[in-house]
Amino acid sequence: MGRLAAALIAAALAAGCASQPVTPALFAVLPAPDGHIGTIVVEHDGDKHAIHAKYGAEQLRADGTLHPETLTEADVNARFGATLAALPLPPATFILYFLPDSDELTGASKNELEHVFAEIQRRPLPDIVVIGHTDTIGARRYNDRLSLARAERMREMMVERGIPADRIQARGRGERELLVRTADEVREPRNRRVEINVR
Amino acid sequence: MRNSWMLALMIAASLPAYPAEVGLVKVLHGSVTIQRGEERIAAAVGTPVQASDVIVTGADGAAGITFSDNSLVSVGPASVFAIDKYAFDTTTYAGEFQGTLSKGRLAAVSGKMVQQTPESMKIRTPSAIMGVRGTEFVVQVDEPVTQRP
Repeated sequence: MGRLAAALIAAALAAGCASQPVTPALFAVLPAPDGHIGTIVVEHDGDKHAIHAKYGAEQLRADGTLHPETLTEADVNARFGATLAALPLPPATFILYFLPDSDELTGASKNELEHVFAEIQRRPLPDIVVIGHTDTIGARRYNDRLSLARAERMREMMVERGIPADRIQARGRGERELLVRTADEVREPRNRRVEINVR
Repeated sequence: MRNSWMLALMIAASLPAYPAEVGLVKVLHGSVTIQRGEERIAAAVGTPVQASDVIVTGADGAAGITFSDNSLVSVGPASVFAIDKYAFDTTTYAGEFQGTLSKGRLAAVSGKMVQQTPESMKIRTPSAIMGVRGTEFVVQVDEPVTQRP
């Protein structure tokens, strides 16, 4: 390609860009419920700005320039109230513990059940995954069955509470995912558990 | 002939119902439509969302979607949000999420893929592109300006 041709193409491209109308937009970082402040990077026409501040924002204006801004909580609620109200609940995780060699919950975990059910019932369409685990007492194959029995038992309790069975998956991981790493044939109450993930 | 029909039915029944499901509508306010190719689906709580779906909300509408990597996205009233690309590996947490907000408002909380690979989630607007390093953010697209000032 000749130099002239290249220059003409470059000029045409530049003209094309310049005549392209800019659609204004606003980008802002919100504090997470735990207070964590994240980072977003906004790019327009090769201009790149990172935002990392509570209610920090970048406004892309119609003239094609980026302007940093700081919004207030009231600004955000006024503009995004209806949008934020539709944000799904964040996933929740619970761990409940079992008596040795049993699918019976410990007393403390029984008391925590209400809290778990309440969290599930806040959600109109929960996705629940229950994963059972054991400590390292007993044979691996036995523990595979025990861990699944724990998860299945948990699932039954949820179904009894009116949670639709088809929303709950139960799996057993045996002694493969110890919460507290131990040698084989070690009693460890913290490993005798189910993990419940709710979305 | 009859046997081959039976076989076809059995194969169809054994396939997962939503092979390309990447998320689920969890919250729904007002009227929301999902455009899937030529199809227009009235969204409801529980409607599966696929990559390349376009979420279109009415003036009274808003939709909250939970994606398979735990990304949460809500599309506000009078908005158009296209899921251009969505892939997530549940074992490695590697993935890619590209969406375009061509109109309206969006709020989001990034999920496991961004935790694993910053900026694997990107949101485009007609004139800008945003990379997400985490976690919670909002985007608003204003009416396009037809004449340059």
